[in-house]
Amino acid sequence: MKTYTYTEKKDTRSGFGAGLAELGRTNPNVVALCADLIGSLKMNTFIDENPERFFQIGIAEANMMGIAAGLTIGGKIPFTGTFANFSTGRVYDQIRQSIAYSGKNVKICASHAGLTLGEDGATHQILEDIGLMKMLPGMVVINTCDYNQTKAATLAIANYKGPVYLRFGRPAVPVFMPENQKFEIGKAIHLQEGKDVTIVATGHLVWEALEAAKVLHAEGISADVINIHTIKPLDDEAILNSVAKTGCIVTAEEHNFLGGLGESVSRVLALNNPAPQEFVATNDTFGESGTPDQLMEKYGLNSNAIIKKAKAVIARK
Amino acid sequence: MTNTQHLKDLTTQVRRDILRMVHKVNSGHPGGSLGCAEFFVTLYSELMQRNEGFNMDGNGEDLFFLSNGHISPVYYSVLARSGYFDIDELNTFRLINSRLQGHPTTHEGLPGIRIASGSLGQGMSVALGAAQAKKLNGDKHLIYSLHGDGELQEGQNWEAIMYASAKKVDNLISTIDLNGQQIDGSTDTVLPMGNIRDKFEAFGWIVIDIENGNDIDTIRAGMAEAKSNTGKGKPVCVLLKTVMGNGVDFMMHTHAWHGKAPNDEQLAIGLAQNPETLGDY
Repeated sequence: MKTYTYTEKKDTRSGFGAGLAELGRTNPNVVALCADLIGSLKMNTFIDENPERFFQIGIAEANMMGIAAGLTIGGKIPFTGTFANFSTGRVYDQIRQSIAYSGKNVKICASHAGLTLGEDGATHQILEDIGLMKMLPGMVVINTCDYNQTKAATLAIANYKGPVYLRFGRPAVPVFMPENQKFEIGKAIHLQEGKDVTIVATGHLVWEALEAAKVLHAEGISADVINIHTIKPLDDEAILNSVAKTGCIVTAEEHNFLGGLGESVSRVLALNNPAPQEFVATNDTFGESGTPDQLMEKYGLNSNAIIKKAKAVIARK
Repeated sequence: MTNTQHLKDLTTQVRRDILRMVHKVNSGHPGGSLGCAEFFVTLYSELMQRNEGFNMDGNGEDLFFLSNGHISPVYYSVLARSGYFDIDELNTFRLINSRLQGHPTTHEGLPGIRIASGSLGQGMSVALGAAQAKKLNGDKHLIYSLHGDGELQEGQNWEAIMYASAKKVDNLISTIDLNGQQIDGSTDTVLPMGNIRDKFEAFGWIVIDIENGNDIDTIRAGMAEAKSNTGKGKPVCVLLKTVMGNGVDFMMHTHAWHGKAPNDEQLAIGLAQNPETLGDY
């Protein structure tokens, strides 16, 4: 089996900041907007280098989404930045009408998604955003797994014409994807070859899936691990090819099982190749205050949870 | 400047279009549409500098955004009669497979429309973005927007109104249709909004009053004053006093025709009060 290691931990939001900074230097049409969270979104370099292309909106996310939609009229490519909660639920109707239905080329970039936001608690820990965004016709939904992938995705979405939701997080996590790997929207990345169980993971759960595969391997279970960074459009083919080998699947995400990656995978299986599936996801609940590690343990979103679900799903074959 | 009589004739024809469109499908919003007919006609016939044809980016021309999208009948009629699409297409208003959706949208590719509107309160933010894109592009043309007065009850407007002056967006003229009516009754009975002029001024806007928003010469003079106030570091607001249902006597001065279509008999009366001028679609 392939060995994945890391030499440092970095936050995915810094990958966004680095990607945005690079876009500032290479694409004169890229503009950035923020609703009073510049530091949290790591937008400082872009702003320092391109002050005229940055719009500080203040604490007014609805206005930010509308202004972003308007900026596309005239050829700009707006990147909005705020927490995932304020990027989606707070502004759902603005995104729905002024961006998605209007077909505007806006990149909604959302940090601090999920439980790993930590101590701020449930008001800020959105676990419903993937569902909200994937339901909007025409919206691309991406959840990246580490610094390198987030940077690559940030660069890639500037070249895609249409609305995109890019979801990333707050804590420092292992950097294990290759630097400068090209990001292809909608194309899953096969990380580990296996025959007993498929593990499809997104975001922070991808590293946990690799850790789980290591433990399972030591116990004689071989796991096929797929990094699904794009939840919509979903790479159906990658999922079906893997399940054709393994006959069962575990989906893993930092999100409610309702509306998340797991449900999208279930649909693909139901239509093509029904197979046992287990969900590593939150169980229709809000989060709470705590450290990211404590929360991921308590809510069953780490490698231990994936191992347990993998054994359970194999038993159902 | 266009001949005033021609604009009056065009307004009469637009009123006929509005009545016939909503009558045919027994749905739509004639009241606010009729109230804004003179404004739309003047805006598209002589106020805006427009390029030939339609290009979404709209570089090198003035742009208009309709925030209160339910008055789509007047918007569609004036767009068609300004050359954006054939007037025969007005026949398809609100029908299945039409580009003329109940509320305006870019989704079906109707020329002249740059944003979907209908869910209220979103248009000023979009107009601000387009205005700031013009500034980035070094394009000196203006952005116009129209909003209902009841629509100001939506909070997003006040985010936008605060932002516009803070960021000195002075290439924007936002017009408020002050007809004093909304679905459930007069704005004063539903949710009194106090002095709207004072509110805009307190938020740092230049405010121009158009006392008779159903008179073309008055609109012309007021909008010229508004235009002369652009480029001065402040956004410009026009308070356009109109009569809902204007030009059809039984529809005037009431909220009853906000979102209701006339029956056959009522249509006949309305059309008789507005004889054909430039030819029906």
